[in-house]
Amino acid sequence: MTRIFIALYQRDLRLAGRIGGGASMGVVFFLILVTITPFAIGPDLNLLARIGPAILWIAALLATLLGLDRLFQADQEDGSLDLLHMSDAPLELIVAAKCLAHWTATCLPLVLAAPLFGLMLALDGEALAGLSASLLAGTPALTFLGAIGAALTASLRRGGLLMAILILPLAIPVLIFGVSAASSAGMETTPFLPPFLILLALSLASMALAPFAAAAALRSLGE
Amino acid sequence: MSAVLAIENLTLVRGGRTLASGLNFKVRSGGALLLTGANGAGKSTLLRAIAGLFTPASGAISISGDDLDNDETPALQAHYLGHADALKGALTARENLEFWSAALKRSAGLDPPQALAALNLAHVADLPAGWLSAGQKRRTALARLLVVERPLWLLDEPTTALDAASQVRLAQSMAAHRAKGGMIIAATHAPLGLEDAAELRLGTSL
Repeated sequence: MTRIFIALYQRDLRLAGRIGGGASMGVVFFLILVTITPFAIGPDLNLLARIGPAILWIAALLATLLGLDRLFQADQEDGSLDLLHMSDAPLELIVAAKCLAHWTATCLPLVLAAPLFGLMLALDGEALAGLSASLLAGTPALTFLGAIGAALTASLRRGGLLMAILILPLAIPVLIFGVSAASSAGMETTPFLPPFLILLALSLASMALAPFAAAAALRSLGE
Repeated sequence: MSAVLAIENLTLVRGGRTLASGLNFKVRSGGALLLTGANGAGKSTLLRAIAGLFTPASGAISISGDDLDNDETPALQAHYLGHADALKGALTARENLEFWSAALKRSAGLDPPQALAALNLAHVADLPAGWLSAGQKRRTALARLLVVERPLWLLDEPTTALDAASQVRLAQSMAAHRAKGGMIIAATHAPLGLEDAAELRLGTSL
């Protein structure tokens, strides 16, 4: 069972890195969203610094969802999902392996790039550290919640939009606590730790529960 | 190796339509069964039901044998070759096989390069699967059956896109598999080289 977990994780990482994979695309999308925001809002550095964490979090949320619609759909279309059903590993474990690979390929580059992009929004040192920490703690929740939507829409041809509609409401708590953790770093009035810990709790809970929900959705696909 | 696949009183309902009812048959080690019938008669659905990918309305599918655990489902003992080849276009043929070997393998089988050579694909082993022709992709999918040894082969139109030489090679692989005590259930419209196999015609009872 661990062997299939590792094999699937490695395969999905490799696929994400090849042509047509989504690994680098997420970061570029993230960069473009962050770049166009000052054009819309104007070059007011104080305003940008204040809303910077929120912009980066929304950009991270959209960049994560962007690649998620193909998470199970690609395997469903080429028949791989049928064969994964026929392995001795439970489907929940397969979902978890695919989510972890997606997080490593798509979200981890966002977390690493976020401090760099934060500079473009006039964030200072402490705020950048808080932003990176909050993204590192919160993006697993986005990936795992998104996996539920990806599993529900795996057999639909244009399921990406429906998936976003299903999942964005569920991502609201993650967004609230992520942004409040990121923006309270470096400020004296609000504490950093409470929203950060809630964010961690959200991630852990979705990592524990979402594989079961997604696997249940995938089981009903073949019927 | 001796094993028996038993189908008892199986009823398949798909989309509100009864495809088969009260199906009973057994396939023993070394045996083969051909599923025939018109398009939409339920051949693929029956294969998917045996593979555990489709839940039958009623009935039982079980596999038993000396060296199989009693709680084993047929899904873990079966290879399913469906209409899709389960290959990733961005990975090479060899990488695809290595993945399925790691994911599905529980006992000895051929190494991926050996299996590719057995199907005369050694020269394309390091090409991305997306570049291969339809017949080469089909043969790569067939190589999976050699890489991971499982007693029951469920083949859905295995000869699709195969040239004459490859069809002969497929027939040889199937004969070798049966000689080792394997079982084959194949849905087909074309002759497969399984002339001695029993035939189950679906759709006639409707």
